[in-house]
Amino acid sequence: MVDQSAVGRSFTPVTAHVEPGRLRYFLNTLGEENPVYRDADAARAAGFTGMPVPPTYLFCLEMMDVDDPFEMFSALGIDLARVLHGEQSFAYHAPVLVGDTLTFRPRVTHVTEKKGGAMTLIGIRCEVTNQDGVHVADTARTIVIRNGVAA
Amino acid sequence: MTASGDIKAGDRLVHKVFPPITRHTLALYCGASGDHNPIHVDIDFAKAAGFPDVFAHGMLVMAYLGQALTDAVPPSRLRHFSTRFVAITQLGAKLTCEGTVTELFAEAGERRARLALTTRDDRGEIKLEGSAIVAL
Repeated sequence: MVDQSAVGRSFTPVTAHVEPGRLRYFLNTLGEENPVYRDADAARAAGFTGMPVPPTYLFCLEMMDVDDPFEMFSALGIDLARVLHGEQSFAYHAPVLVGDTLTFRPRVTHVTEKKGGAMTLIGIRCEVTNQDGVHVADTARTIVIRNGVAA
Repeated sequence: MTASGDIKAGDRLVHKVFPPITRHTLALYCGASGDHNPIHVDIDFAKAAGFPDVFAHGMLVMAYLGQALTDAVPPSRLRHFSTRFVAITQLGAKLTCEGTVTELFAEAGERRARLALTTRDDRGEIKLEGSAIVAL
């Protein structure tokens, strides 16, 4: 079971490229038709110097370009079949544009037992910077581990 | 978006209904998002984990909510976006995303609005509850 010793632990930083083809696949999957994500003129008219990404795409970029997407789970001894996503947040500080190279630095911020140990909540925060060193965003997620008690 | 001077608490700015979630959607999202957890696409794995079937990625549902949000608010004005995943979203769910202004305030030298967000399925069950902060 994951305990307080995990708090403060950080994982291999992830370098991710915002590639137009992969972004288009994401937009098509979601049926996203907003021209601001698809048309350079519409993006410029909306105040961007390039093509922006949708609000949750940062989460995908981190997972797509990480060497081992489940590194944290293996490192902490978590069984993937017991993991649920509890909470997710994004704080946006500067635009993320197609062509950017981002660095994600994840670390564990808290570990909390719930329901008498039936669940463990793990908080992970991630600072995101771009190729110019600009701090573009912070992401935070809480994952829920079902500890062997039937849900 | 409504002319920003007119926005007040209680206004519903966000409302969008999405087509039912299919197995195909989950397979595409698995590739498109980089979230390769088999629990969302492999029914054998899902059953072995104690679920009756595969189910939607929470982040797929949040992506729909984000789409509804930036249909209403230009993405350049989005400052913060968060959700709590309240319940598992089943196959076939037809999601409705909504957002209502709860507060107007000043922060970091700009006027901002806080929105309360929800995503419900076609039976009215809440799947996601969240909030957004947007610059006016």
